[in-house]
Amino acid sequence: MNFENHVLKNEEKAIFRLRGLYQKYGYSQYKMSKFEEYDLYVRNKDFLVSDSVITFTDTNGKLMALKPDVTLSIIKNSKDTAGCVQKLYYNENVYRVSKGTHTFKEIMQVGLECIGDIDNYHIYETIFLALESLKSISEKYILDISHMGIITDALDMLDASDEVRAALLKCIGEKNVHEITQICHAAGIDEQKADVLKQLILLYGQPQQVIPKLRKIIQSEKMTAAVNQLELLTDLLSKNGYGQNIRIDFSLINDMHYYNGVVFKGFVEGIPTGILSGGQYDKLLEKLGRKSGAIGFAVYLDLLERLHSDTPKYDVDAVVLYDTNTDLEAISMAVRQLADAGKSVMAQTSVPDKIRYRQLLKLQGKEMEILENNA
Amino acid sequence: MKTMLNVALPKGRLGEKVYTMFEKAGFECPSIRENNRKLIFENPEIGVRYFWVKPSDVAIYVERGAADIGVAGKDILLEYGPDIYELLDLNIGKCKMAVAAKSDFYDDHQKTLRVATKFANIAKSYYTALGRDIDIIHLNGSIELAPILGLSDVIVDIVETGTTLKENHLEVLASIVPISARLIANKSSFKFKNEKIEEIMQSLKRQTEETV
Repeated sequence: MNFENHVLKNEEKAIFRLRGLYQKYGYSQYKMSKFEEYDLYVRNKDFLVSDSVITFTDTNGKLMALKPDVTLSIIKNSKDTAGCVQKLYYNENVYRVSKGTHTFKEIMQVGLECIGDIDNYHIYETIFLALESLKSISEKYILDISHMGIITDALDMLDASDEVRAALLKCIGEKNVHEITQICHAAGIDEQKADVLKQLILLYGQPQQVIPKLRKIIQSEKMTAAVNQLELLTDLLSKNGYGQNIRIDFSLINDMHYYNGVVFKGFVEGIPTGILSGGQYDKLLEKLGRKSGAIGFAVYLDLLERLHSDTPKYDVDAVVLYDTNTDLEAISMAVRQLADAGKSVMAQTSVPDKIRYRQLLKLQGKEMEILENNA
Repeated sequence: MKTMLNVALPKGRLGEKVYTMFEKAGFECPSIRENNRKLIFENPEIGVRYFWVKPSDVAIYVERGAADIGVAGKDILLEYGPDIYELLDLNIGKCKMAVAAKSDFYDDHQKTLRVATKFANIAKSYYTALGRDIDIIHLNGSIELAPILGLSDVIVDIVETGTTLKENHLEVLASIVPISARLIANKSSFKFKNEKIEEIMQSLKRQTEETV
């Protein structure tokens, strides 16, 4: 495709590249309506990133919502087919509350979902596409990978109340080891048992360094199975050249009610928060009474605005001034000539405010006179 | 050129103490000791840049990535709830978040409790956990004045030595949470500047363990 580089913004370029990428690997676009019945979100509130949803009453009296999330809609409209996997991608706006202003914001999301009989290949492919997505956005990217099976098991071992568990989860997300010690002490939890959890969140690094250490920490069969799966996947990813870009990080947690297997989060240098988030969420489908498994991720494109791009020095290459006496054909000729020469051009009778131009020209009869040259 | 590690330090005595710890960790920046009004100090050889910010703003600089790491009080982290890594308890700047009231205060549970505080979120979550109905009066300073003038029944504030409370005939009713300075890191920077951050973290950890 031939699109002019300087016309498109970072996020627009990313959309084109990502759509191309997903289509190449057999994902088809899923297009949906802006609205969804509010009921869908009420029943699965915890799955949403933010609690608030914009609602309105439709003409038939039904309470509708502007989509805060795409995954739920895709899942709702997919079917369980034994031995089959549905591969879909989307490029949609969602509406969420922004933390800073506490007001609703429109966020552009691109993502993909793989729904059906998920096996290790599909998990590998999804992580691979997540890595490729990050790579298409920036050269400096890192994908953190974790496994919910390991963290869930480490937490289950502590046998903590819901309240303590929630407090511990918060600490895990913050890599906050000192407070885990305090919480466990206050709740009368055996220090040795809490040690596993603490060691897990302190581990951080490339898989080949972390996995041998991980094997020394883990205790249950469930954890071993999860580590084996992590190793299988990360080995293959390393073989394919992504070793430098993946890190194992158990502080990465998604909601335990929905996510069960591998989870991951992507970062690019220069953007302070994660721009890609995903994982395996069989439990959500289970909750909806479905047999299938699912894995997917979303890329938050609104954040790419912050990524370094050269702000153009000029708004326009040439401003052509004319007056009421100038011949109409002469103006159109002059503008056309400049545009054909590959310049951006703006015809005006006077110079607009706050416009940065490379060249200011004045049309005198059929002749063009250069008044100013900034280049 | 070396990549720079940006460090947000809280202005004031605590910040100076923290800088000394960073210096011991091998991340010195001599120009910071010069007595002037500059806000940013760099040591390009080591690749570190320090800046002084208002203590309550450190978490914002770090969360938004203007600083890669910083040192902030637990009170600020609890109140603001930033999405960051809390890597280490530095065990300095210790104090506690507490509820205080006039010495003759009687807690009438039939009435809504009026709470004056700078820390609305901490106060809210403390009383929600107790199931108590409260009214928050958000003040920005001289919180101790509120119960004396009858503006509030109690205050939720930081208590260091308790001298200010005593001089105003107030006393601590309950401790909410112990507070100390924490080393925090931006989640994205932690990935891309991991080696340096780990190095600082390990050294600061040794230093705090030595002083305990």
